[in-house]
Amino acid sequence: MTPADSTTAGTGAGSQPRPERGPDRGTDPAVLERVSVAIGGRPILRDVDLAVRTGETVTLLGPNGSGKSTLVRALTGLLPLARGSVRLFGTPLPDFEHWHRVGFVPQRSSATGGVPATVREVVGSGRVGRRRLLRPTSRADRRAVEAALDVVGLADRAAYGISQLSGGQQQRVLIARALAGEPDLLVLDEPTAGVDLPNQRALAEALARLKERGATIVLVAHEIGPMAPLVDRSVVMRDGRVAYDGPPLTQEVAAHTHHAHDLEAPEGDAHDHVPHVSSPFDWERRTRP
Amino acid sequence: MSFLDLFALDFMQRALVAALLTGLAAPAIGTFLVQRRLALLGDGIGHVAVTGVALGLLTGASPTWTAVLVAVLGAVLMELIRERGHTNGDVALALLFYGGLAGGVLITGIAGQGAATLQAYLFGSLNSISSEDVWFTAGLTAVVLVVTLGLSPQLFAVASDPDFARVAGLRVRAYNLLTAVLAAVSITVAMRTVGLLLVSALMVVPVATSQQLARSFRATLLGAMVVGCTASVGGLVLSAWLSFRVSVAPGPTIVLLALAMFTATWPIGVWLRSRSRLMAPFPEVSATPHRSPVEHPHEHGRDCGHPAVPHGDHVDYVHDGHRHAVHGEHYDEH
Repeated sequence: MTPADSTTAGTGAGSQPRPERGPDRGTDPAVLERVSVAIGGRPILRDVDLAVRTGETVTLLGPNGSGKSTLVRALTGLLPLARGSVRLFGTPLPDFEHWHRVGFVPQRSSATGGVPATVREVVGSGRVGRRRLLRPTSRADRRAVEAALDVVGLADRAAYGISQLSGGQQQRVLIARALAGEPDLLVLDEPTAGVDLPNQRALAEALARLKERGATIVLVAHEIGPMAPLVDRSVVMRDGRVAYDGPPLTQEVAAHTHHAHDLEAPEGDAHDHVPHVSSPFDWERRTRP
Repeated sequence: MSFLDLFALDFMQRALVAALLTGLAAPAIGTFLVQRRLALLGDGIGHVAVTGVALGLLTGASPTWTAVLVAVLGAVLMELIRERGHTNGDVALALLFYGGLAGGVLITGIAGQGAATLQAYLFGSLNSISSEDVWFTAGLTAVVLVVTLGLSPQLFAVASDPDFARVAGLRVRAYNLLTAVLAAVSITVAMRTVGLLLVSALMVVPVATSQQLARSFRATLLGAMVVGCTASVGGLVLSAWLSFRVSVAPGPTIVLLALAMFTATWPIGVWLRSRSRLMAPFPEVSATPHRSPVEHPHEHGRDCGHPAVPHGDHVDYVHDGHRHAVHGEHYDEH
């Protein structure tokens, strides 16, 4: 791979003219420059450059272990960078304060906890980024929750217990939770994993409605399925680097840009690429730059 | 002296107030621990607090204050280990539990105090509470309730999904430490009521009872506080009533009463859950091949006794592994 492959300048932009976008890239929702991320000393992301522009829907594709999830976790500040910089809406990550502008749907996280909660309560917890401390729920909070439930098509289930819903519906609740914060940038980590086709369609419809409103969407996906028409740009990760960045790929083409699944490591936990520690006090050192 | 005369006694009134406050504070913070699946954290902090009590006995300082101090330190340490220590965190916690209990018993011995002194803290001694203790308990309870209920949206978000909460801009570690500190404080509040070894019961059992009937987090939290108050005040009164005949300590009575309330609600919870599973609407799937049963002598209807489950625009009657939908003169197998 030549360095030119991993730079993003203009590749996605050339294919989809977007008149509303100004020449100034300073306030792009997410810009990664030469980002490297190491987990437990092992480099997982290496020299990744990526710029996501306002209103764009970008999918991150690639096999297990290619670094897709690591990339979005670095982008959202959940993982420290070993090198490089991330800017959100023009502000470097360490100084970024407007977290309510970012909505995050974590990977395979369970919506159920040890205590029962209703759909409305879980979606309502998406407002925490916008709530002030020790204040009761405002009318704006309630309205945002109803609107978010409406977008994912679960308005009639608001009073249901979260454990009464199917897995696909729970995934939609988690998306509604991210939407309740009224974000400008929505980051979804494998929202379609293990979700049946009707629920995948409902997810695609919800994302389409957001896209119409001008939201920027970063979507990690194993398979795009019904989301395909939404995608403006595909980024294919391979072994921690960007292998392709450009116009949307179909799943078949994307599968051929890398060798067959040669890196089948289970992804998910923060320490997945590292041998597990064997003593209770032998924890991994987390160095912040 | 009759049973009712007991309530005119100062020590009984103080004990009632202390029990009520404990019943409010412990389940409030306990709900968030159960939500984070850390139900036994309270037990661990209780064990560590034994060392705090012993240090108080050794140095001559108030055991309550040294217990608060050591419990808070222990809770923060456990939280840091849990945060960093991956899957083996529970082993590290266990090491702290036993270290705390053993250290407490050892130091009590060095202080020249017998097991009887320590027992007042291990299993509670509601009847020996001074009015100063009551004020102390009331102050700590007020702090725990204001913080837990006031910050409940934030604490709920952090407890249910830390990654999401962090991206939403919350300081997850600070909230986790706050939960641990509040747990430590309510444990020392409950120390005089039910004792350090039984304290976790008041944090967990009312929550388990409440969630048998509640469907929302809010209802669980408030229900747990009601159950906690009922159990602690009821347990105290019950033990006072029984004490005319046999020697009954308030601490175990409170815990057993809470467990009895759980046992009573559990079958209702099982029934409610199985019913809600049974009555959940069937998904609408287009073009499933359906066949009509040849003959069906039974007529389904509103009161036929078979669960009527919504399925799209009609109702399926469920029985013996069938889903029967009315279609003209016969039933379709859906």
